[in-house]
Amino acid sequence: MTIESLLIAYGLIAIALFIAWHNRLKLEKEVVIASLRATVQLVIMGFLLEWILRLDNFIYLGLILLAMTGIAAAISGKRGEKIPHSTGIAFTGILIGSVITFAVLSGAGVIGPEAKYIIPLGGMIIGNSMNASSLSMNRLIGELGHQRKRIETLLALGANAQQASEWAVRQSVRSALIPVIDSMKIIGLVHLPGIMTGFIIAGGSPLEAVKYQLAIVFMIAGTASLTCMIVTLLAARRCFSSDLQLLDTFRPSTA
Amino acid sequence: MLRVSNLSLTKGKAILKDLSFEVKPGEMLTVLGPSGAGKSSLLRCLNRLDPADSGEVFLNGAEVRSLDILDLRRRMGMVFQTPALIPETVAANVALGPSLRHETVSEPEIQELLQQVGLPPELMTRQVETLSVGEQQRVSFAQVLANKPDVLLLDEPTSALDPTAALTIENLIKDVHSRLHTATVLVTHDIPQAVRFNTETLVLVCGSVLARGNIQDLVNDTGNTTLQKFLKGELTGQGPEQI
Repeated sequence: MTIESLLIAYGLIAIALFIAWHNRLKLEKEVVIASLRATVQLVIMGFLLEWILRLDNFIYLGLILLAMTGIAAAISGKRGEKIPHSTGIAFTGILIGSVITFAVLSGAGVIGPEAKYIIPLGGMIIGNSMNASSLSMNRLIGELGHQRKRIETLLALGANAQQASEWAVRQSVRSALIPVIDSMKIIGLVHLPGIMTGFIIAGGSPLEAVKYQLAIVFMIAGTASLTCMIVTLLAARRCFSSDLQLLDTFRPSTA
Repeated sequence: MLRVSNLSLTKGKAILKDLSFEVKPGEMLTVLGPSGAGKSSLLRCLNRLDPADSGEVFLNGAEVRSLDILDLRRRMGMVFQTPALIPETVAANVALGPSLRHETVSEPEIQELLQQVGLPPELMTRQVETLSVGEQQRVSFAQVLANKPDVLLLDEPTSALDPTAALTIENLIKDVHSRLHTATVLVTHDIPQAVRFNTETLVLVCGSVLARGNIQDLVNDTGNTTLQKFLKGELTGQGPEQI
């Protein structure tokens, strides 16, 4: 691909910027920063990846995955800024969700004990876990505001935080899992995943490619579900004061 | 018995200023005031849905902060402006309070509660979403009564209803109050409604007590010009300079 082709591809960001500006979405700054970050991060990673993939020390590989988790948690935490300790909650959810999925896949032999498997698949797990975490917190904030009256009615009847937020939690998890469930529905029909396509182009057996792809799809579904549940349940508890009052952030002042 | 002593609440600005009053079992106190006067905040401070800055609230002699919060809220039943029921059957909603404490409410008990709020027992199996707002508000009442509260806090319970439904809920409140003899605090901005209830009334404007006494006496108190301005609808309650 030539530099000119890449610049034309960058033109698509201009479309996103125009839509954001035209609809007053106030996302222009975020779109510009995100696209610049993606460029810088990929350039750096392009040079570093060769070195990383040669690493055979599991402690270093573990530290790299931990750093990835930290970065993912910091980004996800910002999506849930209204929730106290959102970054810590995101870190816990992403870490637990990713570790369990990683352990299952390693135990099943899907992820081999080599950097060339651990780092890309670990990154994929953490990335998907971060998406699930961000969506969960974002939906929870929306649901707590939307269901405020029901939550306060339940509190007034003598509900604890878990009981009062039950419907909001349920709706948040359901909404946060929609992208994962929908992408499973269209895989192979609309979405032909890169790894499977690459494997076949590189001369691999289609059945072998399908096996890997299915493992990845189930890995994404597993990670997302685990992270959603952990993040939403931890976050919901933080949205109430010690006296079981829904925090002011989620309700307009009443007089 | 409910006793409030020097209760104050500030949220950026003063919402409640040094309020004191008492409601004995069988009594009803109407808190009357314009929008933004602090009426709902007052009720929310009583069952600790909002934290008061200073002052004390006593329920049967015990300061509410010394009570278990879940038990306090069970004992201070609160009906809100708009019903916010869970998307289940009428029976599940009526039994909700006790079920939160893993207690069961029998079918005859649910029927009895529905009867108390003027709803037929056939509604038990209906989804609450299919009911009118007035009927949903009655279910909210039954839900609160199922908790066997010592005090009833009613936060403008008719303001979301049409005039006819509002009148039927008013009659329901009078009926429940006369039968159960529960200490009741009713909040309203509706002056004719306060007159219809004809109880001890506390007029709240900008978080302060403007006047208190029987509503009939207050209406006839021509000496209090600010009160008369409020009763004639010439006082909005926005801004402390008005009192």
